[in-house]
Amino acid sequence: MDGEPRVIMEIDRVRKEFGGVLALDDVSFRVHEGQILALIGPNGAGKTTLLNIIAGTLAPTSGQVRFRDKRLNGRSTPERVRMGIARTFQQAHVFPEMTVLENVMVGCHLRGQCELREAALPFGRVRREEEDIYLDAVRFLNLVGLGMKAQDEAGSLPFGQQRLLAIARALATDPRILLLDEPGAGLNRLEKSDLVELIRRIQHMGLTTILVEHDMELVMQVADWVVVLDYGRRLAQGVPSDVRRNEAVIAAYLGKDRD
Amino acid sequence: MTALSGRWSRRGRWTGIATLVTVLALLPLILRTPYALSTLVLIGIYSIVTIGLCLLMGYAGQVSLGQAAFFGLGAYGSAILTTHLRWSPWLAMPVSAVFTAIVAYLIGVPIFRLHGHYLAMGTLAFGIIVTIFLSEWKEYTGGPSGLPGIPRLTLRGTPIKTDLAYYYLVWAFAIVALIIALNVVDSRFGRALRAIRDSEPAAQSLGIEISSYKLRTLALSAVYASVAGSLHAHYMIFVSPNACDLDLSIRLVLMAAVGGLASIWGAPFGTALVILLTLVLREIIPLLSGYGSGEHQIIAYGALLVVIMIFMPQGLSATVSRTWRRMGGLDGLRRRLRRAP
Repeated sequence: MDGEPRVIMEIDRVRKEFGGVLALDDVSFRVHEGQILALIGPNGAGKTTLLNIIAGTLAPTSGQVRFRDKRLNGRSTPERVRMGIARTFQQAHVFPEMTVLENVMVGCHLRGQCELREAALPFGRVRREEEDIYLDAVRFLNLVGLGMKAQDEAGSLPFGQQRLLAIARALATDPRILLLDEPGAGLNRLEKSDLVELIRRIQHMGLTTILVEHDMELVMQVADWVVVLDYGRRLAQGVPSDVRRNEAVIAAYLGKDRD
Repeated sequence: MTALSGRWSRRGRWTGIATLVTVLALLPLILRTPYALSTLVLIGIYSIVTIGLCLLMGYAGQVSLGQAAFFGLGAYGSAILTTHLRWSPWLAMPVSAVFTAIVAYLIGVPIFRLHGHYLAMGTLAFGIIVTIFLSEWKEYTGGPSGLPGIPRLTLRGTPIKTDLAYYYLVWAFAIVALIIALNVVDSRFGRALRAIRDSEPAAQSLGIEISSYKLRTLALSAVYASVAGSLHAHYMIFVSPNACDLDLSIRLVLMAAVGGLASIWGAPFGTALVILLTLVLREIIPLLSGYGSGEHQIIAYGALLVVIMIFMPQGLSATVSRTWRRMGGLDGLRRRLRRAP
């Protein structure tokens, strides 16, 4: 890589209060293009809150999130998806009654143009569009290794595979940046190493990833940059090996985790 | 669900429609009495509403206890335009449908801020308001006693007078309504609807503008109800607020639930079953008690709804198709027939 990669997202003094409770206390950091940034911290540190603010599910009390130099405040979630911000959820949230393939086809929603009128009376163009969406969806399923399960009902997949499906679905929106909310939770060892593999592959596709994660081992394996939150404050940031040695971090998080 | 919307609809849709058309074409040969024919006409008319309601409830996942109001707006729209203004019925029908769609859209904006029980209550209130409005705006609607003298629909200048002709007309509308609904379900639009029903946050996270989809589906279901209302008005050549009150809204939900909320194919069957049940109850209830049957029917509907929710929560069609698959489908039937002496 030549020179400093561009800043793709900037979190600028983001503050969030729920009633009297301060969930995020003026958090700032930058995300560079192509980076895998891990957001870590103990339970209740405000990681998911921050992710929700970036995705547009929550509005910050004050502060700004900028994405490719555009302010995100006030934009709806679908608008942000169109701009290139995709996310997954802790609980996977697959569409349980749809097939695995259909789930990813929903992810291709923004690639299509067919509206109600064309849906009611479908002719040539719509058919072709459906064909394209179908092929795209198959491609993303294969990327996460679920190609063989295309016709299964999504709700019948084991949880680990539902997670992968959710990632495929998010990728289908053609994002520039992918927000992953604890993708490793509840996965076994083998599934975790597959996940690491997948996250790296996503990086090779040129995407930026923000990863909220509990599993330190996973974070240390994939992250280029780590931001540590504690009680809503940014406690530290740096490359994984530095963060691992940071004493404040060890006291707040790693230490407590291991005693 | 998936079996019905995916594999079944693609491969078997046209077979299904051809079968349905054949059965419907031949049915009047067996059921020739005026009573039977008029019942079949009504089943056709209400099927159109139920198909639209399935889109709204089963696919967009939004409850409506006010669907009869859209039916009423279509019926009164056609009635007023053709009597007071002497419009052609064929012009009055689409104009009323567009008007009803606009009303649905405007009502939808505030009402979809509500969820679950509150949404049900909101739509219920809307239905009641429309009924009151139709009873009170006496100059044009004729008030509670209704509006008579609606002209019949015409075909090439000749009025459609016989029940048999009207039967074929209504069911032609119902088949078109069915095909359009199946197309919608099986499209990008329908996928978005099912996504919204399964998980709103996930649908939103994939770029789907939820409220726009809910509103357009409500408007579409309102168009279905409105067209059915117009057909009803021209069939009865009379409208009254009774024909589109809360009782009808409840029956419509029941029809959709019996057929299977998420099953477009189930809608006409659910409709038929509920209407036939109503006819049976009308005969039975007076035998059990001396009073009128209106309130007692509601009790029977309630009981039926409870039974359905317990024993076949996905409706008649899902239960039938599951049983069919369990028996081995067409092959199973053949095997059984061969084994029989």
